Amino acid sequence: MHKEVLLSMADITKVFPGVKALDEVSLEVSPGEVHAIVGENGAGKSTLVNIVSGVLQPDGGEMYFDGKAFAPWNPREAQELGIGFVHQETALCPHLSVAENVFLGRMPQRVRALVDFKEAKAETIRLLGRFATQINPMDKVQDLSMANQQVVEIVKALSLDCRLLILDEPTSSLTEIETENLFQLIQELKQRGISILYISHRLKEVFRVCDRVTILRDGRYVKTLAIKDTTEDEVIRNMVGRSISTFYPEKAGQGEEEILRVEGLTKERIFRNVSFSVKKGEILGFAGLVGAGRSEVARAICGIDGFDTGQVYLSQESVRFESFHDAISARLAYLTEDRKVEGLFLNMAIQPNISVTSLENITRHRLVHRQKETEIAKRYVDMLRVKASSLLQKVVNLSGGNQQKVMVAKWLAIDPVVLFMDEPTRGIDVGAKAEIHHLMRQLVNRGVGIVLISSELPEIIGMCDRVIVMNEGLIAGELMDSDITEDNIMRLAATQRERIA
Amino acid sequence: MNMGSGGQVTGQGVQEIHRTSLLTRALGVREFTLFIIIIGFSLILSLLTPHFLTKANITTTAIGLAADGIIAAGMTVALVLGGFDLSVGAVMALSGVVAGSLYLSGTNIWLAALVALGVGMLCGLVNGYFIGHVGLNPFITTLGMMSIARGSSYVLTKGSPLSLAGISKGFKFLGGGRIFGFPVMVLIYLVIVLVMDFAMRRSAAMRQVFYVGSNEKAAALSGIDVSRVKTGVFFLTGTLAAITGILTLSRFTVAAPNAGMSAEMRAIAASVIGGASLRGGEGTILGSVLGVILLALVNNALILLNVSVYWQDLLTGIILISAVLLDFLSHRSTYLTK
Repeated sequence: MHKEVLLSMADITKVFPGVKALDEVSLEVSPGEVHAIVGENGAGKSTLVNIVSGVLQPDGGEMYFDGKAFAPWNPREAQELGIGFVHQETALCPHLSVAENVFLGRMPQRVRALVDFKEAKAETIRLLGRFATQINPMDKVQDLSMANQQVVEIVKALSLDCRLLILDEPTSSLTEIETENLFQLIQELKQRGISILYISHRLKEVFRVCDRVTILRDGRYVKTLAIKDTTEDEVIRNMVGRSISTFYPEKAGQGEEEILRVEGLTKERIFRNVSFSVKKGEILGFAGLVGAGRSEVARAICGIDGFDTGQVYLSQESVRFESFHDAISARLAYLTEDRKVEGLFLNMAIQPNISVTSLENITRHRLVHRQKETEIAKRYVDMLRVKASSLLQKVVNLSGGNQQKVMVAKWLAIDPVVLFMDEPTRGIDVGAKAEIHHLMRQLVNRGVGIVLISSELPEIIGMCDRVIVMNEGLIAGELMDSDITEDNIMRLAATQRERIA
Repeated sequence: MNMGSGGQVTGQGVQEIHRTSLLTRALGVREFTLFIIIIGFSLILSLLTPHFLTKANITTTAIGLAADGIIAAGMTVALVLGGFDLSVGAVMALSGVVAGSLYLSGTNIWLAALVALGVGMLCGLVNGYFIGHVGLNPFITTLGMMSIARGSSYVLTKGSPLSLAGISKGFKFLGGGRIFGFPVMVLIYLVIVLVMDFAMRRSAAMRQVFYVGSNEKAAALSGIDVSRVKTGVFFLTGTLAAITGILTLSRFTVAAPNAGMSAEMRAIAASVIGGASLRGGEGTILGSVLGVILLALVNNALILLNVSVYWQDLLTGIILISAVLLDFLSHRSTYLTK
């Protein structure tokens, strides 16, 4: 195809504490090529482009840009060499004008220290003129649509004489028409010889605009395929083709008695017409890509965030929780995916971290009954085998796995009937992971209904009795028994559908 | 993410609670250090001047610190919540002025004091509503309330102190009376402090304040009504400020619109010296008491040693920064490893 090479990465390795994010990944991008990087959540896509753009530094391997050795120490250095990065969430200053954003940190100056707005404006108009847009350089960025903000980001990158543009999930917040415009823009850039690294979950798009696709899996390079010689099926197969190596507890089959039923749950722009039921004694999986709306559905049911329309039935009774507190009283629990930011009281001890949800039950005459509090904490610390020197040890000093167990413990303390677990084993060690998996199975065997939200396919497949796949805020399908396979899930999760808007 | 302590045990290890808690309490970190400093300071002071260890001096100093102390106790709770209340000094003045004006216009002094208490509570509730339910920033909200309350005091008094001649002996007893030679105002302070210290350690409501201050998001995601907790705390700081205002009125029988000037700053300083953190989630009532005592001792020393009182603010600042610096240095390792 292309003979020349603009960027080449060879055997790039990046290690984070406890996990090898990239393991000898190689990649070549030619001038004027649109090169896609695809892979499941956590396959290493972001890490890879963060290395190219100087946000992270690799622990091993070599990079060449335009034939010269290349090892940017920070984003600025990469920028100066001609690498532009348009982030998934735009990184513009919303209160400043388009021109000011384009020239952020390097506004043209007339006299020393005086900004030359005229020059900035003229230059921005010139840059914008290359695209079919109606953006006024003096508009404030916050008044622009998401698509136009993205155009501003691209213009900003181009104003730096960028030769390689990284687009990270560029269409995730764009409408259909805006997406079309972006594709046109990509074609124009391509013709001018600018290379593009295109990160996307949406295979349809990859097949529309890209020349080649590199597939990553678990931080490893799988292969690079020319788009014209491959199919979506082949790409999906390469993304997931992996055997489930961990042992999961034996499944128990489907439950009969329905505990929770949700009908037509809708929240504008977030999820639409979500209907499902949770049966006693089953683990129901919620699979889908990051941003598919899975956590949002769980949080809406639990009264943490609201929803617009729809019905929730708990044990056949219609309920609508105005606050999470009400949901907890009805013994619904939501285990958050972010234990450090919104799950734990890190500078407090284990005991109050566990008793927080059941404080009302152990309060007599407005005072916390300390003995009962200790009993509760001790019971669940023993049950979950939390490794700690005492119940009064601060949670911040525990390992990730033990912190996660403490968070699980506080929800077991309310004796839940339905337990939503959002990424319950993210970032914890294999041992703790297996323990939590076994505990989940024990819980459902005792009659609890568990909804497992996970972006880790092996976990979904290994743990769940039934799987619902969400895609762009809609339920894309339901899988049971032997149909629960990586291929089926990925097909439902990554296939582009009509948009929720 | 290494665990600091040795001897990790599974399950059974949790029986060691008592040993650990005794140890942590004995070393009580900040409080213990402060206590030693206060003792040392007093010793030096008693060697430097014969007037320090006299009943008269100690009683006056104690009465003087009671007012600051009550306000500081409330401020500690606000700091534990992760906020602070800048309006306490002004609310203290306003409640005194309200009671004073009502009395001068013929109202019974006890009824006037009750109304003044209500005004303080209302100020607290307004703060709490805007911070807890609307979600405004505590700094801005209480800064505004500070101006409103202080301004109202000036409007009500037209700027000059109201002298409450002929006030009932019963009312004067609150701020100036003695029980077996012990100042009533100090007794009231002690009662408030004991109740609050107990509440901070044992009550479910105060526990919720700690949760919110430690991690507001996690508190909300554990089913705690964060707005209500916040409102409650500012109600408490307002109420305590009003009580202080009424006690001060009783003590001096003068309702001064400039009473409690920068009391909020002294309260924050005392609480932080006592171990409270502006990050929230940390702080004890005992710490605030020790902080107030230390600051009062410094003030007392300046007077007894005939140094200009203008040195007071300067020294308060130095002590405050030293205390925070000490805390930073002793905790730095934990900050860095996280």
